[in-house]
Amino acid sequence: MAMNTSTPKETSHLKREILVRLIKAYLSDNFEENTRLIPYAMRPKNSDVPNYRCCIFKERAILRDRAIAGLGFSIEDTDDSVLLSELANKAEKREVPDEHPLTVLTTACKGCVPSRIYVTDLCQGCVARPCVNTCKFGAISIQNGKSVIDPEKCKNCGMCVQVCPYQAIQKIIVPCENACPVGAIAKDENGHAKIDFDKCISCGKCASACPFGAVHEKSQIIDVLKHVKAGKKVIAMVAPAMFGQLPCKPQQLKEAIMELGFADVYEVAQGADVTTKTEAAEFEERLMKGAEFMTTSCCAGYNELVDKHIPDMKPFRSDTKTPMYYTAEIVKRENPDAVTVFFSPCVAKKREALQNPNVDYVLNYEEIGAWMIALGIQVAECEESEFKTQASAEGRNYCVTGGVAKAVQTLLPEEIPAHPVIIDGLTKQSVRDLKKYAKNGMCELGNLIEVMACTGGCLGGNSTVNAFKPALKQVTNYVNESKSIKEQVKEG
Amino acid sequence: MSEKVSVKVCLGTTCFVMGSSNLQELIETVPKKYGDRVEVSGVPCLGLCSIDWEFSKAPYVKVDDDVIKEATVEKVLKAIDEKLK
Repeated sequence: MAMNTSTPKETSHLKREILVRLIKAYLSDNFEENTRLIPYAMRPKNSDVPNYRCCIFKERAILRDRAIAGLGFSIEDTDDSVLLSELANKAEKREVPDEHPLTVLTTACKGCVPSRIYVTDLCQGCVARPCVNTCKFGAISIQNGKSVIDPEKCKNCGMCVQVCPYQAIQKIIVPCENACPVGAIAKDENGHAKIDFDKCISCGKCASACPFGAVHEKSQIIDVLKHVKAGKKVIAMVAPAMFGQLPCKPQQLKEAIMELGFADVYEVAQGADVTTKTEAAEFEERLMKGAEFMTTSCCAGYNELVDKHIPDMKPFRSDTKTPMYYTAEIVKRENPDAVTVFFSPCVAKKREALQNPNVDYVLNYEEIGAWMIALGIQVAECEESEFKTQASAEGRNYCVTGGVAKAVQTLLPEEIPAHPVIIDGLTKQSVRDLKKYAKNGMCELGNLIEVMACTGGCLGGNSTVNAFKPALKQVTNYVNESKSIKEQVKEG
Repeated sequence: MSEKVSVKVCLGTTCFVMGSSNLQELIETVPKKYGDRVEVSGVPCLGLCSIDWEFSKAPYVKVDDDVIKEATVEKVLKAIDEKLK
């Protein structure tokens, strides 16, 4: 993932390896048996046990659980006695993907100690004792000359951490809890992370943050492979961020996707152009009617945040649909018999797709990458193939933070001044800010609030493959060789 | 030491997806650290991933003739340091 929050690379490697093996198993002559063998193929008898694991048996059990997520099932809800081969069979017969796209592998999770404030050995037992004096809850006392925190009284406020002149008091964090902007993941009574799906906005930050790779996405790869194998007309809808993911030209990427077995490829930037035009008109109308501000509505994570946590924001959120929505509408209109697959940089789009009958499946960039590995496709050697409909520069730039507001601004008349405010990633703090704007009915910083759940925009999505900087460079090159949406509007 | 150390980061699809996307930073950082003693470049598929199940050991980096499996920035820098000793 992008910038300050990087996906632990080892765990990404493991997850991707399992996906490749699952796809290879599916394409082999014995899907069920070859799926059952995945943990044994990855950790054969007498092979080295990774130093983070006690024994090969636990390691294999955990790889089995990871494969369950790859098959698209909930790890929590799957009984340990069920063989992977049975699950492979069940996955192939499944008609509809699971409702919630995230699942926690509790056996991998166990390593974390609960989040708390902890006095380290660096405590000098000083005379001033600012920690004792600053604690509002009387939780700190001196024992044997050093500060000790009473966990019963401590409220985790962190004041003592800030005032200690030796920086001897530390907050121990649980990475998933810390990363979650809405408090939807927490340890249960057994110390395992558990997602509260009533609160979860599917932003995927917990999956990126966990150094044990314990939070998994339930993959829909088998479902898509099944339709391709059956010879259905499967159409890919590729979100703008995809063009920064693999080392090739956009036109080569299209060809590579066709080689996977897709019947056609549409750019979601095409739908983004509809979003831009609709949203610009909407913004103008709202401002004319005296609205204080409007927020964008293209990010699935943000939309779920508003729906579940900030109902006061609903009147301020644009009613314009997402680029995925418009693209899927176009694709189904032009190909009523098609099975549509959205290529997504994040997990949140899986939730959005479930509410949209025009989007049948969602695959993320890790899954697409794994599929290309399984088929041995060299993207850099693919032929070039043009898209039937050319999207605008602004539409192709939707995946970069600030890109949506910029696109809308491009189409606004001069007398309607937009002052964009960019929320570059949802955090506990930015959620508080958004709640404040909603409650006050105004935002002192501007009138067009663009919200991206991921830092950097979609290019920072939790299921991306490329590092942020090179991905941005690649997308920017594509944007720079594209026509402006202004010209598109002029041409009608 | 007269010869330059050559570092080739494989940017084939398999290596890229399995992690060489994160090794691209070497192309910037290595010249800064070693000057012209090391030559680093991103190269098309080295062909190491296609044998059997060797994709699982990707990404691959070649430091002179030595192949680094499951390459990370740290592993590559260590290999360069060894060569320059």
